[in-house]
Amino acid sequence: MLSTLNSLFIAAVLAGTPLLLGALGEILTEKAGNLNLGVEGMMFMGAITGLAGSYYYEQAVKNSGGEPNGVLSALIALVTAFLAGSFGALIYSFLTISLRANQNVTGLTLTIFGTGFGNFFGEFIGQKAGGYVAVSSTTKAAFSKLQIPVLSDIPVLGRLLFQYNWLVYLAIALAIFMAWFFRKSRVGLNLRAVGEDPATADAAGIDITKYKYAATIIGGGICGIGGMYMSMVTTSGVWVHGCVTGYGWLAVALVIFATWSPARGMLVALIFGGLTIMRMYINIPGLPVQIYDMVPYVATILVLVITSMRQSKEHAQPKSCGLNYFREER
Amino acid sequence: MSKNTQAKEPLIRMVKRDTLSQQKAWGIRAAAFVLSLVTGGLLILALGHNPLSVYQSMVIGAWGSQTVIRETIKISVPLLITAIGISFAFKMKFWNIGGEGQILVGAVAAGYFGLFMSESIPKVPLVVLMILAGMIAGGLYGLLPAMCKAKWGTNETLFTLMLNYIALAFIKYLMNGPWKAKGSSFPKIAMLTQDARLTKIFGVHWGWILALVLVVAAHIYFTKTKQGYEISVVGESNNTARYAGINVSKVFIRTMFLSGALCGLVGMLQVAGADYTITEGTAGGVGFTAITVAWLAKMNPYGMLIVSVFIAMLERGSNTIQTNFKIPASAADLLIGIILFFMLGCEFFITYRLIFRGKEEHHA
Amino acid sequence: MDATTDCAVKMHHVTKTFGKVIANNNIDLDLRNGEILALLGENGSGKTTLMNMLSGIYFPDHGEIYIHGKPVTIRSPRDAFSLGIGMIHQHFKLVDVLTAAENIILGLGGKTTVNRKEVNQKVKELASRYGFEIDPAKKVYNMAVSEKQTVEILKVLYRGADILILDEPTAVLTPQETESLFAVLRNMKADGKSIIIITHKLHEVLAISDRVAILRKGEFIGAVNTAETNQAQLTEMMVGRPISLEIDRPKIERGPERLQVIGLTCVNNDGVKALDNVTFSAYGGEILGVAGIAGSGQKELCESIAGLYPTIGGSVLYEGEHDGQPIKERILGLKPDEIVKKGISMAFVPEDRLGMGLVAGMDMTDNVMLRTYKNTKGIFVDRKTPKKQAEELIDELEIVTPGVETPVGRLSGGNVQKVLLGREISLSPSVLIVAYPVRGLDINSSYRIYDLLNEQKQKGVAVIFIGEDLDVLMELSDRIMVLCGGKVSGIVDPREVTKEDIGLMMIHVDEENNTKEEVGA
Repeated sequence: MLSTLNSLFIAAVLAGTPLLLGALGEILTEKAGNLNLGVEGMMFMGAITGLAGSYYYEQAVKNSGGEPNGVLSALIALVTAFLAGSFGALIYSFLTISLRANQNVTGLTLTIFGTGFGNFFGEFIGQKAGGYVAVSSTTKAAFSKLQIPVLSDIPVLGRLLFQYNWLVYLAIALAIFMAWFFRKSRVGLNLRAVGEDPATADAAGIDITKYKYAATIIGGGICGIGGMYMSMVTTSGVWVHGCVTGYGWLAVALVIFATWSPARGMLVALIFGGLTIMRMYINIPGLPVQIYDMVPYVATILVLVITSMRQSKEHAQPKSCGLNYFREER
Repeated sequence: MSKNTQAKEPLIRMVKRDTLSQQKAWGIRAAAFVLSLVTGGLLILALGHNPLSVYQSMVIGAWGSQTVIRETIKISVPLLITAIGISFAFKMKFWNIGGEGQILVGAVAAGYFGLFMSESIPKVPLVVLMILAGMIAGGLYGLLPAMCKAKWGTNETLFTLMLNYIALAFIKYLMNGPWKAKGSSFPKIAMLTQDARLTKIFGVHWGWILALVLVVAAHIYFTKTKQGYEISVVGESNNTARYAGINVSKVFIRTMFLSGALCGLVGMLQVAGADYTITEGTAGGVGFTAITVAWLAKMNPYGMLIVSVFIAMLERGSNTIQTNFKIPASAADLLIGIILFFMLGCEFFITYRLIFRGKEEHHA
Repeated sequence: MDATTDCAVKMHHVTKTFGKVIANNNIDLDLRNGEILALLGENGSGKTTLMNMLSGIYFPDHGEIYIHGKPVTIRSPRDAFSLGIGMIHQHFKLVDVLTAAENIILGLGGKTTVNRKEVNQKVKELASRYGFEIDPAKKVYNMAVSEKQTVEILKVLYRGADILILDEPTAVLTPQETESLFAVLRNMKADGKSIIIITHKLHEVLAISDRVAILRKGEFIGAVNTAETNQAQLTEMMVGRPISLEIDRPKIERGPERLQVIGLTCVNNDGVKALDNVTFSAYGGEILGVAGIAGSGQKELCESIAGLYPTIGGSVLYEGEHDGQPIKERILGLKPDEIVKKGISMAFVPEDRLGMGLVAGMDMTDNVMLRTYKNTKGIFVDRKTPKKQAEELIDELEIVTPGVETPVGRLSGGNVQKVLLGREISLSPSVLIVAYPVRGLDINSSYRIYDLLNEQKQKGVAVIFIGEDLDVLMELSDRIMVLCGGKVSGIVDPREVTKEDIGLMMIHVDEENNTKEEVGA
């Protein structure tokens, strides 16, 4: 029983990490007043480019007769995924911030585009590679669990806390950093003002456009890393058609459950990560597996309804979220 | 003091246009459309193909023969009806992105009668029953988020979206369990008998006539009826609606029922007219693509007719380029995304004009 | 340009247009060092636009700006700060969920992290230097209006501004609060600051300023020394012709009781009582003015009577006629459509014209039928009658619009209000509730609105007039009910009390005297 719970916890952390990354990216974006519903699209873009980055790096090294370096390969995946997510967010930013398009529709379009982008290039690269695209064991190893000296060897605790892949720790570090950033830093304070009340922030001399672009693009990059996690860790470096489907939207929902707090995001990501994989660890007799699959989505709806029933001033969506700002509007 | 106090005026400024003539506005939209095709063309070029021949092959793939024309129309029918359904919700700024789910539950409800009652009920009443079942199921599925939105302001975007995944899981459950076709080793649902299938008119199931009727009906509903007027008021401002004595909750619920019902109808048409069975792919992204159809057409039903046929052409055509050029069929999604990005962006140039530094007009 | 050096600000031939509208045409304005300049003009005369070009919100189409004699380009609020210009906007620019101190340091450079303790201390010191009372750690959404204004002023001072612009700072203050604000302004002037105060209240101009600059319809009319002018001259410069500022108060017999409100109580989203045991009556043939500082329950009062705001106690009794039959109905708790169904003719002009009273994106026809579209039979709307009605309104009220098909959101503020009030009056109500009907309107439109209200009063309508300008309230109303923190602090006859009396009632409820109410009942 206890070992089942331990395994569940570990699996929940692993499944929750891409959700956390997606949610963190979206929190940053929404703090700047941009409601980017394109998280799923950006995750797809990150997923395929991350995979493609590693794959082409390996091919290039192998073709020149060398041996690919796992760490370098992982780093390339990280950077390309971040850039791809940022690119998606850049399109979104340009359309909504500079061209004032409707945020909802632009976000949805980004999801359609990104999903198409991911699946298209996934298949395309797969075709060229002769069927499907997969990275070598070197890169796979770079994304498997770490063996930290001493810490990883602690009985029980070592397994529970210190044997994850490096992206898990990156996500946690990012969450902690963002919590500090919003609460303590000057730039974070300014960013919150931009999201709450852009006209005020503008009058206070804050460059709204710069802040909105920066937050949205970096946020998109983080979402892209979340997507890369899906293709490199969850599916072990093999492109699976539609591998991100649903996860991006769960990440958007997590932002609401985390009440826009990166720190709480870690907790809810763990819970939802757990819900998505629970069926593999806890068997409920008589419950068909497909019905079990609904659990995270049903839970999302329940939490959505419950959170909407009680309203709070401070733990709420930034007030200008979803609205575009134009200084000379009249 | 500030180093830029000596600088000139900003490089680019934007000014709201007074009003642009319809002609010019459509000119800008047309230019954006062409630009989006050029961008798509550059992408094709980067993949090592000739954009013109790829585009040409797409068009021929969609319109080149009677068979493919029928295919194209078959794709556009669900798109069009779903877009009309979604526009009901979008007009009141209710972001129903649960079209997929509503289509699926409509398909399941209609499929129930089609699969299990076809022997005991004659064809005409059976089809009517299937239509009603599909519409009611889809409508109720749309009703749920509307009620929560009306009561507590629950975020409908995520709610409707989650319902998609739930409906999908439910269909998988039916395929694997209760509805699994007898004697099949694969998880799949049996085919409908001839009695439950829609009659074809000019080679395509009669859903296309229904779709055309719905275009006209929706247009009248939006522009001429009290309910249509109420939807517009609610869409502009909930407060004004309340002030005018409009029961906002009632409008939410009624309109979302209609929206969901139309999507449910699509599910029925897909089952009885196109696929003759229910699969995970019954909705096949129609619920999402229809959003772009409705938006590109600016919620105008006649516009949706044109846009849905165009998008159906892209989708049909992308199958052809997959065979001819080995370009994956997901290219259609990619291209739709690009076109929509351009169309969203070009609205800015219809509302505003840019003034470059030193180029200020002297006719002032 | 020899005089520029002793001018803190010099604006030269400044022009700003919005589309076809010329907001400022070729304006020259000087602000001398260490003076208080009043910028006077009607609503819509371009005062705020002109000042927004100094504070970097707008960028001029033509013209030059000199600060302390040097030509400058102000492209953003940041540029304005670095030039020592600080503007206190009419609608406060504060972030609700942040504290006073956080708002004050917003957008400033400095260390990566914010040391809140240190900042709070600095803000406190600055406040005490000018005689402000403030809690730097208080969140803005917990603040009263005058506290928010204090934060706004401190924000500007904290940045070391020596040129201050205040946009209608007294609009939201009681007479007493206005006095203490003026005292602070005099302190600042003594400290060497140059100040521009935007206003359209003449007695304030005379009380505080050294010089007055007047704008009219986007044109600069002239500048005069305050000591050498008077109200009549200023009015003429402002309006362009001699005008009687007297508001009519036709004397007529008071009619029957139309609306009896007893113990009305409601709670807002924060769980605070927005209305607390409000009791009053409205009679036909009179204008009942409602005074109070902003947010004293005015909005909730109107909306709960109109059936738009939930209440937790009290009753509202309506007495009137329907099809010749007298009717008496308890209307509290009914939805707006239910009230109409009972045959009650009550009209309501809400404060938020385009967000509640009208649909900005729809044309006049669709807006005119907003309240009556249900009256026809069948499922289709009838647009013919409302279209005709809209055309009549355009003629009668001289509404300036390209046509009935133009979305009302594109009309100017005065015309928007005419559409709204015209539609409500066309319902031939027996009770008419109007909230801030002249806010943002120019003098001519305002007087047209007062006339319309008086016409209604003479027709025997019970008019409830929510106002913010005490002078107007005192001249127009037959009785004034004063609200303070959701309570009625008294109902008085404006002919028998002074403005200061009402000002006191606005900030203080005398529980003992609370029962006297009903003057002249």
